[in-house]
Amino acid sequence: MTEKTVKDNGSGTLMVKAEGVHKSFGPVQVLKGIDLEVKAGEVFCLIGPSGSGKSTFLRCINHLEKINAGRLYVDGELVGYRQHGDKLYELRDREVALKRRDIGMVFQRFNLFPHMTAVENVMEAPVQVKGASRAQSKERAIQLLERVGLADKAGSYPSQLSGGQQQRVAIARALAMDPKLMLFDEPTSALDPELVGDVLDVMRDLAESGMTMVVVTHEMGFAREVGDSLVFMDGGVVVESGHPREVLTNPQHERTKSFLSKVL
Amino acid sequence: MTVDIDKTAGPADVPPAGPEAIRAIPVRHYGRWVSAVVAIALLVAIVYAFSQGKINWGAIPDYFFDDRVLQGVGKTLMLTVLSMLIGVVGGILLAVMRLSKNPVTSSIAWFYIWFFRGTPVLVQLVVWFNLGLVFTYIDLGPIYKDYWSSFMTPLLTALLGLGLNEAAYMAEICRAGLLSVDEGQTEAAHALGMSHGKTLRRIIIPQAMRVIVPPTGNEVINMLKTTSLVSVVQYSELFRVAQDIGQTSGAPAEMLFLAAAWYLLLTSVFSVGQFYLERYYARGSSRQLPPTPWQKVRANVLSLSGRKGVTA
Repeated sequence: MTEKTVKDNGSGTLMVKAEGVHKSFGPVQVLKGIDLEVKAGEVFCLIGPSGSGKSTFLRCINHLEKINAGRLYVDGELVGYRQHGDKLYELRDREVALKRRDIGMVFQRFNLFPHMTAVENVMEAPVQVKGASRAQSKERAIQLLERVGLADKAGSYPSQLSGGQQQRVAIARALAMDPKLMLFDEPTSALDPELVGDVLDVMRDLAESGMTMVVVTHEMGFAREVGDSLVFMDGGVVVESGHPREVLTNPQHERTKSFLSKVL
Repeated sequence: MTVDIDKTAGPADVPPAGPEAIRAIPVRHYGRWVSAVVAIALLVAIVYAFSQGKINWGAIPDYFFDDRVLQGVGKTLMLTVLSMLIGVVGGILLAVMRLSKNPVTSSIAWFYIWFFRGTPVLVQLVVWFNLGLVFTYIDLGPIYKDYWSSFMTPLLTALLGLGLNEAAYMAEICRAGLLSVDEGQTEAAHALGMSHGKTLRRIIIPQAMRVIVPPTGNEVINMLKTTSLVSVVQYSELFRVAQDIGQTSGAPAEMLFLAAAWYLLLTSVFSVGQFYLERYYARGSSRQLPPTPWQKVRANVLSLSGRKGVTA
């Protein structure tokens, strides 16, 4: 492969590397040059006010959004393109889909498939995408539901589950593809405060198992306890980054200070 | 609270009411009584008029299960099913074409829908039948070659005329259905690594069906009735047969009533089928499926006998 490898550049294995990532929707510039690195096995938290571009950046990582400029690498491979010499070739839909198998995503609004039961939701991708057998996938799906504490809800449809339960099924669904990277897009923002804890417990458990996670969140407590790195974004740029405890307790920038004073 | 004390003292079958239940004299709706009487009177008058008319009602049961009528019913049903099949398959194809990012396919689909929705189906039928003026014979190379007039049988005319017209309507219904599914579903499926085709087949279409099925049921019922137009291209479906029998048996009006009764019977049967189909596609979207009529009857019977058991 002629593409640049970002593995083994001194600081351990990089799972995600962004170099000057730009993204605009029509005339609106949402990302104005994002540079960051996510190491394998770490929990990387993205915080910032709404409209700061953190969700958009997350969606760029699995190519749900196309970036306009810059380079974005996942596990050493360019996202959405193939590079030969100094020319970029767009990947075919099939190739993009192949890469997405390794990246799990959890959405703010769960996006469970409403016409399938919980266990069918979890089985769907292994059976349809990987071609795994139904029996095996079902067994695995029930194990995953057990892991998120919902083994007894396997036969329930999403509409029969609470928001917190739906989100935990969504996490199990993403894990069923054995991803090497998990993306969380404000996973607790649509939940009743009472149900947030259950979802965070599952995520904490996942972090302890060594999963690489990029988490867009407003849960500062989670970021402080579980996070290994934290980035504060505003207006499409990274304002401040560092270890969560340092950034959250001792922010350097004015903008970070004023944001944190409102949310903490 | 005093209510709690009363509950233990009162008879067992009185519900544990909180405050005393309201007993008020309901509003009297005299207007409703008047309108009901007027409506019933009108209905009786109409029925009486028909019973006194010069119609030989006895001819209807005589011919109701006549072989020719039954054959006509069979052809009407076959025509409905096949035309709807062409319509649904063509409609899905056109809807996907219209939603595609390719400007050529989406404009072709738009043009097709514009043309076939914009002209009356009766005109389309007659045009198909007379297309021999444009194409004197049909030549598919070594496979098939014949004169247009012998190629374009009444059945084929009917199928093409009804099916292609229906496809235009079904396309709009399918498009509305596909658009009704939340975009988050596509994103979730893509994020799991599913291809466009798989996403459409496994995730989008099953959910779109909830929106597509009810209007499609209407289309089936409409189609069943529209098949009567096919009588103009010499195809002997129910309406044509009824007219033919009417002319030879000397009971033309009676045979029209007979045809109407058959159409009503068939549309009623389709409506029942539609109910169960809608119920199937509602799974997962509503917490509890609506009960089938049979379940309602059983529940009522059970609750009746249950109540008897309590009081006895």
